[in-house]
Amino acid sequence: MTEPVISLRGVRADLGSRPVLRGIDLTVNHGEVVALLGANGSGKSTAVRTIIGQVPAVAGEIELFGTPRQQFRDWARVGYVPQRTTAAGGVPATVTEIVSSGRLAHARFGMLRKADHAAVRRALELVGMADRAKDSVNALSGGQHQRVLIARALAAEPELLIMDEPMAGVDLASQEVLAQTLREQVAQGISVLLVLHELGPLEPLIDRAVVLRDGCVLHDGPPPKAVGQHALPGHDHVHPHAAHDAEPIRTGLLS
Amino acid sequence: MDFLDYAFMQRALLAAVLVGITAPAVGIYLVQRRQALLGDGIGHVAMTGVGLGFLLNASPVWMATLVSVLGAVAMELIRWYGRTRGDIALAMLFYGGMAGGVMFINLAPGGSNANLTSYLFGSLSTVSESDVTAICLLAAFVVLVTIGLRRQLFAVSQDEEFARVTGLPVRALNLLTAITAAVTVTVAMRVVGLLLVSALMVVPVAAAQQLTRSFAATFAVAVAIGVTVTIGGTVTSYYQDVPPGATIVLLTIAAFVAMTALATPLARRRARAAAAAQPAGDPTECAIPASREAGGKVGV
Repeated sequence: MTEPVISLRGVRADLGSRPVLRGIDLTVNHGEVVALLGANGSGKSTAVRTIIGQVPAVAGEIELFGTPRQQFRDWARVGYVPQRTTAAGGVPATVTEIVSSGRLAHARFGMLRKADHAAVRRALELVGMADRAKDSVNALSGGQHQRVLIARALAAEPELLIMDEPMAGVDLASQEVLAQTLREQVAQGISVLLVLHELGPLEPLIDRAVVLRDGCVLHDGPPPKAVGQHALPGHDHVHPHAAHDAEPIRTGLLS
Repeated sequence: MDFLDYAFMQRALLAAVLVGITAPAVGIYLVQRRQALLGDGIGHVAMTGVGLGFLLNASPVWMATLVSVLGAVAMELIRWYGRTRGDIALAMLFYGGMAGGVMFINLAPGGSNANLTSYLFGSLSTVSESDVTAICLLAAFVVLVTIGLRRQLFAVSQDEEFARVTGLPVRALNLLTAITAAVTVTVAMRVVGLLLVSALMVVPVAAAQQLTRSFAATFAVAVAIGVTVTIGGTVTSYYQDVPPGATIVLLTIAAFVAMTALATPLARRRARAAAAAQPAGDPTECAIPASREAGGKVGV
């Protein structure tokens, strides 16, 4: 496993006629957890959506697992959590129905087999939603919606997890469940690219941070670290004030 | 049951049942992707096909199928490429389709707007043998797609961006949905008419989801409602001198009202059952009242 799981070189992308990415480089190595940080409008989400092919790149190279994105077909290796506030669509659907669609990359002709149903159940257990499997997603809270979306990505049993603001609008209890889920996945060697607005409870998991500003990479290196006792190993940095503590330190490091 | 003795009624009932199955089967995916009115747009475009059929002396059903499929593909292409002005481009297509129909039918020898009426509002009793053959073939295609590819269509209609990352051919599936909707419009054209077809695609789904919690159940209940109202409307129009298309649509809306009335007591019962099963609730979060499930109807 020498080649990076994600590699972007000089990627540019436009939305409408406005350049949103102006030549960014981004690498996620095997087993690494990389956070993509930046203010609103800095191009974080566009970068992720360029990687998965939802937004076309006008220049630059994108590779997934060493394969140019255009030729990449091995989508079962990738789990994706889009930026959503809800998992619901225009028609009622159960938690299991939503999470099952995450397994389609493994299914032949859309037929789910025993192993696929088992993977869906495991994914629901990972996010602590197994007891809600048969409930309509319309009956869930914001944090539970996010857990369903993450279970949908985990159902594929991916080697790479791409998450766009998984903590947005999530209550503290769900945030901790999600952080724990991610910790277990990382321990098993999964690679992660996370778009985050603030480091929050995921901070101890993050190996490297890439900070975007106005579509350019401003910082690529160790996450803007909290200092003092927060940096000690074993410090479980999950208290609700983490974001406020980290914020001034981060800007200090970047300016 | 004497109406079954007449060949025209047998054909009418067969056509009606097929529409009752196919319209909600496609409609559920349109409702899921919040394009409930796509069927209406395709219906307008299909009028050009009917007009062309008269002008070229070809089968109006097959011509309408061809033109509405082309129209549906055009709408899908507009959705990809013309994001900002999509609604305006769609409006052009709707009204262009309608004007085209009126123009072509008046250009046809001996044709007038009167010929269009049976396609606009349906004319179940004049369904011919060849219409039935066409309707059966088209309905078979629709059922094959909507049931055979249900997991793929569900994923794409639920979350297009996510579906792309599961490796699904998102564009091909979107095109297939649009084409299947176009085919359904022409299947339903003789039964409820082009102007009312969208009702049979959308209202049974809306009625079903008053009671259901899962996609699979919504699909099954919507098709059951579709079949019930199309048979009911056809039989009613045999005994009473009422237009079958309008009768079917009004029955569908009645079904929606009935389901909505049933939803509130059902939601209360579900809330009680949930409370009994989980006295402590989910300890990590505030409990959400289960009565919200059925279409947001919270009984106070």
